[in-house]
Amino acid sequence: MATIRALSVILTVLSTITLLWPESGECNNGRRSGDGLDTDFSGLSVPIEHSFEVDDVPRFRLRGALQFRGGRESNVYLAQNQLSEKDRNTLKDVAAVDGLYRIRVPRVSLQADRQSEKQHDGHLTAFIRACSLVESHLSDIITLHTDVSGYVIGISIVTIPGSCRGIEVEDEVDLEVFNTTISVVAPVTAPVPETAPYIERMEQEMEKKGKNPQEQKSFFAKYWYLILGGAVFLMATNSAQTPPGGDREQS
Amino acid sequence: MACLAVRLAISLSLLFTASAVFEDQVGKFDWRQQFIGKVRFALFDTHSQASKKLLVATDKNVFASLNSRTGDLLWRHLDKTGPDGHVDSLLMYGQDAVVVVGNGRLLRSWETAVGGLKWETVLDTGSFQAAALVGVQDFVKYVAVLKKTAISLHDLSSGGQIWVENLPDSDTVQYQSIYSEGNGLVFVLGLVPNSHVVIVEYKIEDGEIMNKKSIRAAWMSSLESSCAVISSGILLCVDQITQSLYTLPLQSVEQNEMKQIHLQTLDLEVASGFQPVLTSTQPNPAQPPLAEFFLQLSPDHHILLQLEDGLIALLRDFNPSNLVTFATTGEKTVAAVMSPKNETACSINLFSADTGRRHLDTTIIYHLDPNGGKPNMLYVHAFLKKDDSVAYRVMVQTEDHMLTFLQQPGRVVWMREEALADVVTMEMVDLPLTGTQAELEGEFGKKADGLFSMVIKRLSSQIILLQTWLGHLWKLFYDARKPRSSVKNDEITIENLSRDEFNLQKMMVMVTASGKLFGIDSKSGTILWRHYLENIQPNSAFKLMVQRTTAHFPHPPQCTLLIKDKDTGLASLHVFNPIFGKKSHSSVPALPRPILQTILLPIIDQDYAKVLLIIDDQYKVTAFPSTKNILQQLQDTASSIFFYLVDSSQGKLSGFRLRKDLSTELIWEAVIPTEVQKIVAVKGKRANEHVHSQGRVMGDRSVLYKYLNPNLLAVVTESTDTHQERSFVGIFLIDGVTGRIVHEAVQRKAKGPVHFVHSENWVVYVYWNSKFRRNEFSVLELFEGAELYNSTVFSSLDRPRPPQVLQQSYIFPAGITTLEATLTEKGITSRHLLVGLPSGSILSLPKLFLDPRRPEMVSEQTREENLIPYAPEMPIRTEWFINYNQTVSRVRGIHTAPSGLESTCLVVAYGLDIYQTRVFPSKQFDVLKDDYDYVLISSVLFGLFFATMISKRLAEVKLLNRAWR
Repeated sequence: MATIRALSVILTVLSTITLLWPESGECNNGRRSGDGLDTDFSGLSVPIEHSFEVDDVPRFRLRGALQFRGGRESNVYLAQNQLSEKDRNTLKDVAAVDGLYRIRVPRVSLQADRQSEKQHDGHLTAFIRACSLVESHLSDIITLHTDVSGYVIGISIVTIPGSCRGIEVEDEVDLEVFNTTISVVAPVTAPVPETAPYIERMEQEMEKKGKNPQEQKSFFAKYWYLILGGAVFLMATNSAQTPPGGDREQS
Repeated sequence: MACLAVRLAISLSLLFTASAVFEDQVGKFDWRQQFIGKVRFALFDTHSQASKKLLVATDKNVFASLNSRTGDLLWRHLDKTGPDGHVDSLLMYGQDAVVVVGNGRLLRSWETAVGGLKWETVLDTGSFQAAALVGVQDFVKYVAVLKKTAISLHDLSSGGQIWVENLPDSDTVQYQSIYSEGNGLVFVLGLVPNSHVVIVEYKIEDGEIMNKKSIRAAWMSSLESSCAVISSGILLCVDQITQSLYTLPLQSVEQNEMKQIHLQTLDLEVASGFQPVLTSTQPNPAQPPLAEFFLQLSPDHHILLQLEDGLIALLRDFNPSNLVTFATTGEKTVAAVMSPKNETACSINLFSADTGRRHLDTTIIYHLDPNGGKPNMLYVHAFLKKDDSVAYRVMVQTEDHMLTFLQQPGRVVWMREEALADVVTMEMVDLPLTGTQAELEGEFGKKADGLFSMVIKRLSSQIILLQTWLGHLWKLFYDARKPRSSVKNDEITIENLSRDEFNLQKMMVMVTASGKLFGIDSKSGTILWRHYLENIQPNSAFKLMVQRTTAHFPHPPQCTLLIKDKDTGLASLHVFNPIFGKKSHSSVPALPRPILQTILLPIIDQDYAKVLLIIDDQYKVTAFPSTKNILQQLQDTASSIFFYLVDSSQGKLSGFRLRKDLSTELIWEAVIPTEVQKIVAVKGKRANEHVHSQGRVMGDRSVLYKYLNPNLLAVVTESTDTHQERSFVGIFLIDGVTGRIVHEAVQRKAKGPVHFVHSENWVVYVYWNSKFRRNEFSVLELFEGAELYNSTVFSSLDRPRPPQVLQQSYIFPAGITTLEATLTEKGITSRHLLVGLPSGSILSLPKLFLDPRRPEMVSEQTREENLIPYAPEMPIRTEWFINYNQTVSRVRGIHTAPSGLESTCLVVAYGLDIYQTRVFPSKQFDVLKDDYDYVLISSVLFGLFFATMISKRLAEVKLLNRAWR
């Protein structure tokens, strides 16, 4: 049984493709996906490493490789290996002691013309609790963040669900294959004060006002009946009283 | 119709947010104090006997006049900050004060009575060296300004330039001072260090060089510090190495050598390693200086000497003496000498300058403040009494920038705490309960001893309460009988401090750059305590933390000040009681290594003090206090204690987790390359902030939940490329526990300085739009969406979905110097942003206007939600200025603190001035108005009550009657 399983996973490439840009539907800031960075990834491959140890001292091993495909519709793929039996057990042990599962990528630039430049030393690291990885059956979301010029500045990893409820994962199959969603996120351009639509709207309102004949009437034309009514009323009260003069001012 | 609705919505929203002070409320709950800064020049107006003016110029580029009887400001002029407004020199003659500003950039003359500018002249470029008044035949007519390469003479009455002359050999000779004595000549003294002295004589009329000579002086390295001109133009210099004085007549033609006089011949010796100082006096610029001078031999040893016929005579030896100065009134010149009397006091005495004899009855005792610094300057105002004897007043300046004005025989007339002109950080601490309240509180705190003793204790405390109440009544009765004028307002002292009903009065603990701490009563602005920390490096960073509040009686409140040297990173802790200012006796951990980060944890020990974790450059953690209890708690919770570090020089952000043995482990790392942008600021949320509502109710009655991540950090970067098209400002929202970048935005064509506020679920930042050349506000709000992931508790480790981010920007039609948000007890009251403007006003801007959900087009739903339609320009209404006409000059920071009333937020703005007030962002919804009609409402109540009683009775009678029928 184990051999069959082992055969079936000789070469497993699990990659999930996501868009380079996060959904912009939630934002009203009118960001355009065109600006940001001029992406030309042209087949860059970056190793991604992970570490999970019971003694919590990081010892990073290769987890897979990030493949950046060039072209207009730039995509990122993650080619990664299955977890070995030993790794699975270690991961379970780490989860049991509430240890950490860490990943890291080297600091690179995703822009083609910068790749030849001096590579930075050092890595970008992120972590999750190992138990949440186990309980989510190795389904994680890895996000690479780049800055305006295409340098990778940070990596983040989350699992769905992200909680640790202490559920036992019995089935070994659940811990063999990573179900990873990977994406690259570049900074969004923050909106500037939108003067043009506002002026347009104001103009429209002015036009509307201009078209409406009701609004254009003069003061007397609008309220002639009130003024007339008032005048009649005043005259009526004056003529009704006809006091002998003088007192009226004082009252 | 839509337009009408828009207007209605705006006016409605304004109705709720409009807040202004009524005329009769002015000064009722706000106060302002004006400061000038550390005094560099001070001159008494001596031209008339009755004058009360004291002119000062300070290191804050302030030129002001003080009333010498009260210490109040008569007038004050603020120049530009930085070297452009630096006051180089202050000279006074008669009613005119001449000031050189900005390293010799401007020459100004001020009318001292009202502070009006008489004239201003722009000087030629060149670094400023010296300025002096020049007199001709007993009248001062000109002012001479010496620059590095030129000397110019200006008319004192008009400022017109008489002449300007280039100095000979100015590339090798350092010209340092000017001398004139009213004989039609101006001497310019220069020096080639360790070689020779150069003396150039100019004719006053046309600037013609009359004479130029150089005299060998191989030992001299600086003219200013070691020389003085005395007695009809004799240059006197002192040299420490050869232990001798040198004299040289400036005008003599034949003498080409400095005459050496060994100090040994006078039985004097300069203390080793001390640069001796000469002090001379020239009472009238049109007359030669006096022949008497002071020679300082060691920090506390001065000698009064006299030069007569080329011989030096010792007039008086002042040993010990801290400070000496000359003062002149009429024809008499006196020397004032301050000498230590005992540990806590100094005595100041007057001596006749020409004989060195002591004037009788001129002693002023100056008491040293144990919580202050040592005196370092003495300014003497001498005047003649009716019997022609000399009397004087004296202003003492101490190391902590305090000015004390004393009068004979030692009465302190006024004091000014000029350290408060440079407040660095502050906190507001609740005042303690009164003794009786504390007694009651204490009863609950203690463990029960038994039923009987508890009853006794309760009874006794009730009796104490009754006693104080009766005492209070008696006092009221007694005061009411006295005429109103004799009833003194209760002065606030440290003894009668107690919390008021609504906790509106607090203790403001202020930390100043000079290292002096102050405790100020927030209601009146009275300084209740002060404490000077000696040996503070001038570039230290301060962080003030409240470890224990006043709520834990009988434990006293405790504040901790972390003082960190910015160069070395080494830090020290000062632990004190914020109410009394006393240093705490608790043992402070030694911090031998540079400090990277400090965190105040909500973990408390059995004494209710919060734990302060200090992380050093080896990532080792020190806990303070470090009792066993605390260490145990830290061990238990170590895996959930995270902290972050920011290294802006490398653009590195890293996260650490605490281990059980108080070491740390790196768990995340993000690097923002410094080639592109550099981190300028990182801000978390305030720990004492409460958010009342978890979400916002939308127009369609659904709820939009806020993303309330307490660990969120706002990181602001600025691009290294400063070209106006390519520069940008970056905003990163990073979770401080997991290092996850929650949001990343770039504001293009923008430049700093960026001011920002991070609170609740929003970040507001201000930047300079370099394309349109204007300030712009931008607001970011984070929402979880229509449902909460986990409504009971927030954990950064378990929040997989990224928040929705909404953002909107607005034009702000004014500059900004600082930004802060209001804070209230429970967070129910709507928030306002307090914006400090360069004009000195503080604008209270409703957060309602900074809402990224402001719609472009009005709809039924947005109206339901009370959203204001989007307008690109932010309005500024004059009624939003919370400090009406009380300008706060050079606002540097605004501190907000909640009060016991939910509607009220206490605000302190500090800069050169300090201003304290209260703001009511949602109006005073929990307070009855001052003019509330109690009589009407109670009479209506009583009337209704009696009416019901009577009508009930009537109804009963009627029923009875009906029953009989």
